[in-house]
Amino acid sequence: MSTPTSFLELRDLRIHFPTDDGLVKSVDGLSYKLERGKTLGIVGESGSGKSVTSLGILGLHKGTRAKISGEIWLDGEELVSASAEHVRRLRGKKMAMIFQDPLSAMHPFYTVGQQIIEAYRIHHKVSKKVARKHAIDMLGRVGIPQPERRVDSYPHEFSGGMRQRAMIAMALSCDPELLIADEPTTALDVTVQAQILDLMRDLQRDFNAALIIITHDLGVVAELSDDILVMYGGKCIEYGTAEDIFERPEHPYTWGLLGSMPRLDREPTERLLPIKGNPPSLINVPSGCAFHPRCAFEGRTGGKADTEVPALLESSGGHLVRCHMPPELRRDIWENEIKPSLESS
Amino acid sequence: MVTYIIRRLIGALLMLAIVSMVTFSIFFVVPRMAGATSEDFANRYLGKAATAEMAAVAAEKLGFNDPVPVQYGRWIKGVFAGAEYDTGASIEQCPAPCFGYSFVKRQPVWPELVDRIPVTLSLAVGASVIWLIGGVAVGVLSALKRGSFFDRAAMSVALAGVSLPIFFTGIVSLVVFSYGMGITAPGGAYTPFEENPAEWAYNLLLPWITLAFLYAASYARLTRAGMLETMGEDYIRTARAKGLPESTVISRHGLRAALTPIVTIFGLDLGLLLGGAVLTESTFSLKGIGDYAVQAIMTNDLPKIMGVTMVAALFVVVASLIVDLLYAVVDPRVRLG
Repeated sequence: MSTPTSFLELRDLRIHFPTDDGLVKSVDGLSYKLERGKTLGIVGESGSGKSVTSLGILGLHKGTRAKISGEIWLDGEELVSASAEHVRRLRGKKMAMIFQDPLSAMHPFYTVGQQIIEAYRIHHKVSKKVARKHAIDMLGRVGIPQPERRVDSYPHEFSGGMRQRAMIAMALSCDPELLIADEPTTALDVTVQAQILDLMRDLQRDFNAALIIITHDLGVVAELSDDILVMYGGKCIEYGTAEDIFERPEHPYTWGLLGSMPRLDREPTERLLPIKGNPPSLINVPSGCAFHPRCAFEGRTGGKADTEVPALLESSGGHLVRCHMPPELRRDIWENEIKPSLESS
Repeated sequence: MVTYIIRRLIGALLMLAIVSMVTFSIFFVVPRMAGATSEDFANRYLGKAATAEMAAVAAEKLGFNDPVPVQYGRWIKGVFAGAEYDTGASIEQCPAPCFGYSFVKRQPVWPELVDRIPVTLSLAVGASVIWLIGGVAVGVLSALKRGSFFDRAAMSVALAGVSLPIFFTGIVSLVVFSYGMGITAPGGAYTPFEENPAEWAYNLLLPWITLAFLYAASYARLTRAGMLETMGEDYIRTARAKGLPESTVISRHGLRAALTPIVTIFGLDLGLLLGGAVLTESTFSLKGIGDYAVQAIMTNDLPKIMGVTMVAALFVVVASLIVDLLYAVVDPRVRLG
């Protein structure tokens, strides 16, 4: 167990939940690295383990029935084996999280200001007055007009976009070095989505934080991410730079995600290319490659699809893919079959 | 917020008006549907030896031949301005607030009720403090230690508490604690608080606990269910993500939200109890409003029954008004509505 040099590094993280129906393997051997000032996009369907991973990094599974193994290194500290109290002190200050639906994620009985003040005062020994001034500053910084007045409003008195801004202000109030945004724009109008994404980009630059964006929306990660990690059935199935994933994706699942993404540059008459089937059960994960029951290229794997779990292997400089098909075949399929169908307008 | 208060106040007044009309109808209109005549009403105010002529005179003088709305108006006027009952044989004074005049006992209802309010008030308030604190504490612990031995034991006791009637638990505890061990008062005694607070508490301790047991049980179950629900809310996860210590997460974020329905039920329960804890007062021979109601019914003293009904309704309406106002303080979203 050597201390890593990266700011955040996950090594073979597994988060399993024992239930009456069996062991739910929400996260099953996940590893990645992230540096300060960089943005990682984690993409996948519901139930692929995206959110469970981030809650695991924050230590929010401690004290529950979840079984966690592997290592989470944050700035030279290992968090899986650290005490719950130690991780609690890091939470909010060193690492913070923005949640999906800011209406349900903020307490309905306290004003926005009270909630930011509370977050700030756990980690800073300051008077309420100082904390209140800080809360107003933060609200102003995330673009809320008349922050000195809005600080006393309740979450239900804000619009959806303003509420998400307030949530971001709360998460950033202690100047965290790692910020995890879990579906930050899913609950918002499209016009507001773009504003929030712009805001997050600007704030990340100001704060120089490491940012993880969790989403099922490839458009969101395309906007912001340096690197992208595609998750399926609790595992990473493709990892690479944003360019790798959008220009030369190699996993059939990633192709499916790209094919399901509505795009303005396509003909309105053209149908989307959805991925057939449903996300896998995390209790009875399909044998071999977890994606094989839904994979259109299952026949080209040399019969290994349902017998052998494919390894996550490097395809080209830093681009990792978990697929039985040889890299040359994958690139060939992408160039000659998938890409033309996506661009066939 | 001001409009909210005004709207609630108007609502409460309307409610009282409706309650008074319904009560009045039950006692003065429904019997007529069953065939009662004005003379039958008048007979209640006269002795058993009254003749038919006396009854006819009294019925006219007391206004039982007037239209019903006029009779209702006269009754309401009595509440605010006092009333005079002229039966032809005698004239009885009933000063404001006149909630009726008992011709069985030959005295107005209100002063007697006032005498009994401190007993019921002491009983209800003392018990409610115990059950609120006890029930909520047990409920919170049960929710946090869900499935543990404590949870199961507490919920079993709670089930017993909800199911056992007070005249059973009351008598059992009297036998065990008062007559057996001699550590609590035997019941039937009441010392006003302002005379001797220690004795006041000593005399009421057993009724408090017995009554509180019944309510604490349902409050524990209610709190447990509420806590289990709120602790799964997204904002609890947010509170934890901020790095709040678990105790703060539970009290400031979880309990605060889980308590809102409790506040509602508590207000109404307390209001209802103030209108008379009939079973508890009977079991422990306390001369409260509930006992008064029982006596009134036994002696078929209609003005008394009606007075008690009105006062009990008043308590409930006032309690629900207070609950509504408290609710707005607790849950800011309510203020909009």
